[in-house]
Amino acid sequence: MSDAATLTSPAQEARPVLRERGQREVFCGLTGIVWLHRKIQDAFFLVVGSRTCAHLIQSAAGVMVFAEPRFATAIMEERDLAGLVDANEELDRVVDRLLSRRPDIKLLFLVGSCPSEVIKLDLSRAAERLSKKHSPSVRVLNYSGSGIETTFTQGEDACLVALVPEAPVAADDAPASLLIVGTLPDIVEDQFSRLFNQLGIGPVHFFPPRNSQSIPEIGPNTKFLLAQPFLGETARALAERGAQHLPALFPFGAEGTTHWLKAAADAFDIPELHFLAVVAPGRERAKRALDAQKQHLAGKSIFFFPDSQMEPSLARFLSRELDMKLIEVGTPYLNRQLLSAEMDYLPATVTLSEGQDVDRQLDRCRAAKPDLVVCGMGLANPLEMEGISTKWSIELVFSPVHGFDCAGDLAGLFARPLYRRSVLRV
Amino acid sequence: MQLTVWTYEGPPHVGAMRIATAMKGVHFVLHAPQGDTYADLLFTMIERRGARPPVTYTTFQARDLGTDTAEIFKTAARDAFERFDPDLMLVGASCTAELIQDDPGGLARALNLPVPTITLELPSYQKKENWGAAETFYQIVRGLATEAPAPKAEGAKPSCNILGATALGFRHRDDVIEITRLLHQLGIEVNVAAPMGATADDIRRLPEADFNVVLYPEIADTAARWLERQYGQKAVRTIPMGFQATCEFVREVAALAGVDPEPLLSQHGSHMPWWARSVDSNYLTGKRVFVFGDATHAMAAARVAKEELGFEVVGLGCYNREFARDVRAVAAELGVEALITDDYLLVEETIAALQPELVLGTQMERHIAKRLGVPCAVISAPVHVQDFPARYAPVMGFEGANVLFDTWVHPLVMGLEEHLLTMFREDFEFNDAAGPSHLGGHAKVEAAAQPLVPEAQSAPTAATAPIQETITVLNWSPEATKELSKIPFFVRGKAKRNTERYAAEQGLETISIEALYDAKSHFAR
Repeated sequence: MSDAATLTSPAQEARPVLRERGQREVFCGLTGIVWLHRKIQDAFFLVVGSRTCAHLIQSAAGVMVFAEPRFATAIMEERDLAGLVDANEELDRVVDRLLSRRPDIKLLFLVGSCPSEVIKLDLSRAAERLSKKHSPSVRVLNYSGSGIETTFTQGEDACLVALVPEAPVAADDAPASLLIVGTLPDIVEDQFSRLFNQLGIGPVHFFPPRNSQSIPEIGPNTKFLLAQPFLGETARALAERGAQHLPALFPFGAEGTTHWLKAAADAFDIPELHFLAVVAPGRERAKRALDAQKQHLAGKSIFFFPDSQMEPSLARFLSRELDMKLIEVGTPYLNRQLLSAEMDYLPATVTLSEGQDVDRQLDRCRAAKPDLVVCGMGLANPLEMEGISTKWSIELVFSPVHGFDCAGDLAGLFARPLYRRSVLRV
Repeated sequence: MQLTVWTYEGPPHVGAMRIATAMKGVHFVLHAPQGDTYADLLFTMIERRGARPPVTYTTFQARDLGTDTAEIFKTAARDAFERFDPDLMLVGASCTAELIQDDPGGLARALNLPVPTITLELPSYQKKENWGAAETFYQIVRGLATEAPAPKAEGAKPSCNILGATALGFRHRDDVIEITRLLHQLGIEVNVAAPMGATADDIRRLPEADFNVVLYPEIADTAARWLERQYGQKAVRTIPMGFQATCEFVREVAALAGVDPEPLLSQHGSHMPWWARSVDSNYLTGKRVFVFGDATHAMAAARVAKEELGFEVVGLGCYNREFARDVRAVAAELGVEALITDDYLLVEETIAALQPELVLGTQMERHIAKRLGVPCAVISAPVHVQDFPARYAPVMGFEGANVLFDTWVHPLVMGLEEHLLTMFREDFEFNDAAGPSHLGGHAKVEAAAQPLVPEAQSAPTAATAPIQETITVLNWSPEATKELSKIPFFVRGKAKRNTERYAAEQGLETISIEALYDAKSHFAR
């Protein structure tokens, strides 16, 4: 296991990264609402945007969340743009109506979109005004999920940045605490909680919290682990509050999870032997589960289209723990600082690409003839039709994939399309 | 600003994509920010298309806004032309690009591409998906079908065009096959079917047909009117959905083509009329249905429901305003008030208040019905992956009538089962909460949370609560409430509604068991 301290060393070998611009086949940051609105149970997300925004969230969410969404769109119309009505007055009216129908809402996010950014509708002032108006029952915050500024998972990053100032200030002499940053499925939170408890690390809090009323205190004695690689701005905002980032591999697979837990164990001075004793059963379970999937994946080549920024971490996991052959690992944005450890663990032969020109990337993909392609839903069926197995990337964001006990499931997501192709006779 | 939870239609550029994707050899360059590519998955996932929609998105970002987004557009258009080699280019802007006013049309003209390039004006803040599709199809037809046809050869067969089928349409694929077959049986040639499957050259040939069949007026009406003005092509506007409408359609096209409809009408081969008349279908009589969808499908479905299945239509509406007047007229004939709205919450509220026994709607109403515990069949776009069946399943023509019978009747509790449920309602495994026994995996009807409804429109009781819960309203006596719960769920809504209406008319403060049975006799037919 590598020493967590090496991860902070700034001197990285310059590694060639293919940077492209052109058509990007990715979601915008509004899509994060699809999982965020389920995580924070008393929060509501109001997109201030166009019919396209409403249609996007609806389509991205499919019919998964039709029951009782805690999100909606304030669709701007001609008269809002033509200045016939004051957009702010309209927004206040929409928010009043929304809150009167949903008295259970304690936290309202006004979410900026491409059109609201382009017409420079100041949502931070609107949030301030509305917060004052609806205080103390509702806090109103804002962030932008616009496609001109954010790609897919960056929407969560922007949302959490907006949420950081809401955290109470921990006293300078507060006992050390651990904060896990990034939306995790409830079951994964519970799995990690048990592990930290066994390690003797605590108190442990999760951010975002399941309820806006229980945002943990943050201060100089807060140490935090990122659960997701796309939370660079949130990490920066937490650091500004004095919290200390614990750099580590991301907790995918047995190796990543061990490394991630070790970063916390070291920060909390947990004895090495105790650490090894606590993680051993989980690590063994993970390895057993991975062995079962390895038969489908070992030696197979894989090509990642950019989607969630999780790609380098997942590629590291697939390469090191499942012996997959990496061809190209595309990511919408490569945060060199947060991912420096991950990049050290990637084989030198892989092409790292940042940004996208989808047509050229498809050309490279077809030429490389990978056994498996990880891509968005817009590309998956067309590639399948060409005879290329695909794994839709959105499932990697929507499924429990972190930690020891999900490692097998994570591998299973990649193995299933290959296995399926092997059994089908049609 | 309009507060929207779910939307029936996408923006107009999605309508344009539906046309471009339906056609062959067309490429659409859309000036749009990152993220608008989500629309691709509508086609690749919902419709399971095996190719990407022929759309290039310019993908500008915030940092480009101050510099030269126009240059990004030009590069994207030039690259797209070289890569995809289309016969026809469409250019347009999505909602954000509309705000930055780069003039895609002017920029595209400056590129001097060697193929026709049509500029689409798609006002995103005023119009919606269907309008965008209709406008795009109209602009393509107007731009390409410029030459009058050569005089027809003596003795040539009568011919027509089939207009309106697009990508992402509700059963368009199979409807076109069914109607084409019908026309062939009448001895009528199909000159061109468009936009689905048509090339730019096919569009140029549209004027050669004797007349047009407008299957989907939401999409083809504007183009058909132009063709009629320009080339005198008559348009058949009867929508052949349902048995009777199909017969009328056959007579209408036969008259236009100068052929005899009777041989086909006497050998239509449809099972539907007999299925509807057969004694087993007796239990369908008077089932209360709520119909909602696009105007065309909703109007046709209402008629089939009433006249071909013997249902009672208790509500009719559509989400598109273009044909609202027609829907109002049909609703008036049926004695109901038309619901013209694209507000999902209002539709939900109306269904809850009307307490129908069957909902015929879009995938949105399917979810409303699921929440309310009411059976539902889908009759219209917007569509879901389930609405693209692997099997042949048109909803138009004689086979379409068969399909309608099956898909609408299937979700209901069947014949004798109704009686058994009424007689032995305390059976622990065979009760109304278990749902129709021929439908496996019936989920428990969950109490839905308070729906988000507009304040001004929130009705006092029934409107906001799910059917299963509305049994316990304040002014029902406990005994009457208990008695009501003994009525099977599929008629309970009607009984409750009638009783409350009766109580209101009689000025009763509390509903007793007597009032329940008084109401029953009062409304007995």
